[in-house]
Amino acid sequence: MRVLGLETSCDETGVAIYDSDNGSLSHALYSQRVHAQYGGVVPELASRDHVLKTLPLIKTVLSESRLKARDIHGIAYTAGPGLIGALLVGASIGRSLAYALNVPAVAVHHMEGHLLAPMLEEHPPALPFIALLVSGGHTQLVRVDGVGSYEMLGESVDDAAGEALDKTAKLLGLGFPGGARLAELAMSGRTDRFRFPRPMTDRPGLDFSFSGLKTYAINTLKEAGDQPGTRADIARAFMDAVIDTLAIKCRRAIQQTGLRTLVAAGGVSANHELRVRLDKVAKEMGAMVYYPRLEFCTDNGAMIAYAGYRRLAAGMSEPLAFGAQPRWPMESLRPITE
Amino acid sequence: MKLLAIDTSTDACSAALYIDGDIKELWELAPRRHAELILSMIDRLCQDAGVGVRSLDGLAFGRGPGAFTGLRIGAGVIQGIAFGTNLPVVPVSSLAALAQGAMREANRENVLSALDARLGEVYWGAYACRGNGIMRGVLAECACLPSEVPLPGHGRWFGVGNGWQVYGEPLRLRVGALISGVDPGRTPRAHDVALLGVDALSRGEGVSAEEALPVYLRDQVVR
Repeated sequence: MRVLGLETSCDETGVAIYDSDNGSLSHALYSQRVHAQYGGVVPELASRDHVLKTLPLIKTVLSESRLKARDIHGIAYTAGPGLIGALLVGASIGRSLAYALNVPAVAVHHMEGHLLAPMLEEHPPALPFIALLVSGGHTQLVRVDGVGSYEMLGESVDDAAGEALDKTAKLLGLGFPGGARLAELAMSGRTDRFRFPRPMTDRPGLDFSFSGLKTYAINTLKEAGDQPGTRADIARAFMDAVIDTLAIKCRRAIQQTGLRTLVAAGGVSANHELRVRLDKVAKEMGAMVYYPRLEFCTDNGAMIAYAGYRRLAAGMSEPLAFGAQPRWPMESLRPITE
Repeated sequence: MKLLAIDTSTDACSAALYIDGDIKELWELAPRRHAELILSMIDRLCQDAGVGVRSLDGLAFGRGPGAFTGLRIGAGVIQGIAFGTNLPVVPVSSLAALAQGAMREANRENVLSALDARLGEVYWGAYACRGNGIMRGVLAECACLPSEVPLPGHGRWFGVGNGWQVYGEPLRLRVGALISGVDPGRTPRAHDVALLGVDALSRGEGVSAEEALPVYLRDQVVR
């Protein structure tokens, strides 16, 4: 079965084709640049860009796979969570294209896409596992017993880790979205100059809180004065706090659930230092960590095509209508039965 | 000729199927329910007529101006169907469709279309019939203050669209003696999108799926 996947939940248009016999055949991504000048994603501009880019990207992946639209057996589109107007672009094109091709369509939960992304790798994780979903929109620890069978173990009570990275980067003058630049700047910072708190690690539980760290960063900059190197040292302390906190909670989740398989996915899971740290935690705990390849950490169509394939293969499909759910609890998803 | 038309540019949602001069239309006032309704409307029309979307000759949609989300739902649906069928698409002005409706149902030959654009503005256009029953624009469409709408040179004009309700007073002040009457209750309808679409398609004016894009008229969306 070949499934076309469309991802338009935020500021990236992602399109891909997954083939159940041959894996991911082709994927294409367009990262919107229009938002940088506004210091954050402007929903209306995101929607306008998606409606320009989705079909051209579909054409790209079809031609790269040497396929015609008629060779597609099903279509998956992200229906939430995310920006409603942006989601509706992928949903309208995806559902209607499926109608015209007379194939089934399925609405996919964006975070289910992320947590299944490591399944596209050569050595996929075995169920059940713990998933650390860490991106610009989410920071969650989820127990995964099967596709669609999720239990939220903990999540951020305020900013997502990636969001805190981007906001702090902006405060340090690194532009938007500057999370990756902040991580890079941290590489040249001193580890012994500042120490930031590890939020919510001093109490039991698996929830996160990252919004205080950006305030801590800006206050530190004010107090220390803006000498050369100070911003890099702050970036270092900030990254250490985020990575440490994520690692502490992952260790706790492994202890609490008794599961020995951890999946880390989402944009922040591409961070090399985080991966090194999680690998270390896993080794100490006798566990294994699985990651998506770097290009499938950020939003992409391949993970949506794959999640859609799993649901279509289980016989699920949408009626002749579409919609979007800006807020959509993962626990409300229908588990697939195999 | 067989053509499918839709309009989702306002609170109304409609689809129409034109087959060799005969038009069937489904219409519903359905704020924020376009995504839920439009495909089943299309499918019902096709089933009733016993045709599949693949056997059509073209598609048309109300490309705007109008509510942004609705415009993208319409464009997205048409992009998907056009790409899957390789059919040509006619993007039709929703203001022109509004005028075409006034021509079709009330024989208005000179029409000033005004849709509420929020933020104190109207989407505005002027249309006149040139003999074959098809309305054509006589001014460039725009989003502007009711007190500054561009005016056609002369003649008697009939006003349609909810802009005449929301900004009735300033529009009448601006248009003055040119106006012969108003019908603010009209919305753009797929029936008229179909008529304008058939006319354009017969002149070879269809575009490809990826050119089926909304026309917002308002590009300043960040305040």
